[in-house]
Amino acid sequence: MVTVPSRNVAICLFVILLCFASVPLFGDKYFVKLALRAIIFSIFAMSLDLLIGYTGLVSFGHAAFFGLGAYIVHLVSPVDESLNLFICLSLTLGLTAVAASIIGAFSVRTKGVYFIMVTLAFAQMMFYFFFNWPGAGGSDGAFIFFKPALKFGDLTVIDLDDGHTLYFFSLFAWVACYILLIFVLRSPFGQVIQGIKINEHRMQGLGYDTYLYKLVSFVIAGTIAGFAGFLFACIDGFVSPGLLGWRESGIAMVMVILGGQGTLFGALLGSVGFHGMEEIFREPAITGVIAEHWQILMGIFVICVVLFLKNGLSALITRFDSKAGEDV
Amino acid sequence: MDASFLLIQTLNGIQYGLLLFLIASGLTIVFGIMGVINLAHGSFYMIGAYLALSLSTLTGNFFVAILMGTLSMAIIGLALEWLFISHLYKRDHLQQVLLTFGLILIFNEVQSIVWGNDPHGVEIPQFLSGSIPLTDTLSYPVYRIFVSAVCLLLAGLMYLIIQRTRLGQQIRAGSTDQEMVENLGINLRLLYAIVFSTGVTLAGLAGMIAAPIESVYPGIGEQVLIISFVVVVIGGIGSIKGAFVGAIAIGIADVYGQVFFPDLASVAVYAVMAFVLLWRPSGLFGRSL
Repeated sequence: MVTVPSRNVAICLFVILLCFASVPLFGDKYFVKLALRAIIFSIFAMSLDLLIGYTGLVSFGHAAFFGLGAYIVHLVSPVDESLNLFICLSLTLGLTAVAASIIGAFSVRTKGVYFIMVTLAFAQMMFYFFFNWPGAGGSDGAFIFFKPALKFGDLTVIDLDDGHTLYFFSLFAWVACYILLIFVLRSPFGQVIQGIKINEHRMQGLGYDTYLYKLVSFVIAGTIAGFAGFLFACIDGFVSPGLLGWRESGIAMVMVILGGQGTLFGALLGSVGFHGMEEIFREPAITGVIAEHWQILMGIFVICVVLFLKNGLSALITRFDSKAGEDV
Repeated sequence: MDASFLLIQTLNGIQYGLLLFLIASGLTIVFGIMGVINLAHGSFYMIGAYLALSLSTLTGNFFVAILMGTLSMAIIGLALEWLFISHLYKRDHLQQVLLTFGLILIFNEVQSIVWGNDPHGVEIPQFLSGSIPLTDTLSYPVYRIFVSAVCLLLAGLMYLIIQRTRLGQQIRAGSTDQEMVENLGINLRLLYAIVFSTGVTLAGLAGMIAAPIESVYPGIGEQVLIISFVVVVIGGIGSIKGAFVGAIAIGIADVYGQVFFPDLASVAVYAVMAFVLLWRPSGLFGRSL
């Protein structure tokens, strides 16, 4: 496990982020939106990596917080004007944190395969809740007419309705989340959760209340996923129950594995890789008649990743790291 | 709200619970013995339902369709075990979850290519289509009784096989200590193939006999999968007895929830699960972890 990005990783990250930053300068509208989705899903997958790759909690219901974050933006935004960005963001983060602590309090009691099933079941519960609740648009989903913005009188500082503003805001958010998680993992707390992943009994023997540490990790991950959901809701200004579904949770897991678990930055590689493959599979010029049923190719791709790509794409970068520079 | 209405709802709950048991029992033995968590289990239910649809229109006889369907499900199970699942035995849960997630994506698209996305209905066979009058206004359909009877029969058969036969002995031993079983000269790979194929067949059979009650549409498998997970978690993973108790409890909770609290029905089942987990984190009959 690498908690300090090595020099190679730092260089690669810098190059990738530079590429992302230049996309709005050259790319057309469709491509910018695609890159934006990749960034936001990468934040989502990165939060899941904190659970899977560092705490050893394989959550299969992480989309519950992603979708909840998106729905909160819809629920708190007034229909006739945009809400203050800071108020909207703090409400989103606060409420997803509360939801994550409630769901976490139940699910973290369980271990292993029980944890997988219980997180999945709770996420489905949230899915059906929003699916059946007419107040939030029910199964049709709902629109956010005015996206959050930061205004002082007539002066608009940040307006997420603007595509480029949202793009750079999300890119900045990615860097912020990455740095935050690096600090979390380097802190004593981060050392304890990594110890729990390797040997929970020993950590208990050392006197740590592992339940509490796992719960806090779950809440941090859930809150960051909620943040990703907040950004996602701002892309099209549309939310639907599908965002909380198990398919989204599965996709986030695929991204973590594709990028390499326990690396954090792997989530970015995984997300870019996943979105890239999705675009290729859906392109009739490349896949022909199967393009309409591209999910078949995606399924085969997922199976191949699991069977053949053991350490994920990030291993392509970290294999060149010198052993001395590695922080284990 | 009188007694016969309550009786009908209870019968519905038990019938739904028994159907869930058929699905969940496969899920729980596959995990208990092979240590594989199989997300694609719901897809087998879906495939079963669609097979019942196609085969009963093809042959014109529902029972011939079920017989042919059961046979095909067993073969599908063996093929999948050989192609995919056998690579997962030594892998961790995360990889199992992802590989079977990939399988779901494939199955769902295959379903939409072969059968399209419209919902279909399957007709109830003539002599089971009647209903038994309970009062002047209320009656209970014969087909639902038939479904319950089939499920009970299979549950009994499963109990006998597991408790009384040599194969059952090996299955029970396999769930306790795999290495020891292998050392005793039992072909574990063959045992796994049989167990997995049985699980697939049971889920497919559940889909086939449920097809006339519920309409057949894309996504039926996913709903059933999640509920089966709840059942397995409540009963304790690997415990068939637990799956039975859990399935009946969830069946009744779901039906009562829909009757008495229609707004909260979809949440009722998960509330039961949360309560059980608070009380016993590894399920009612599960080994403590």
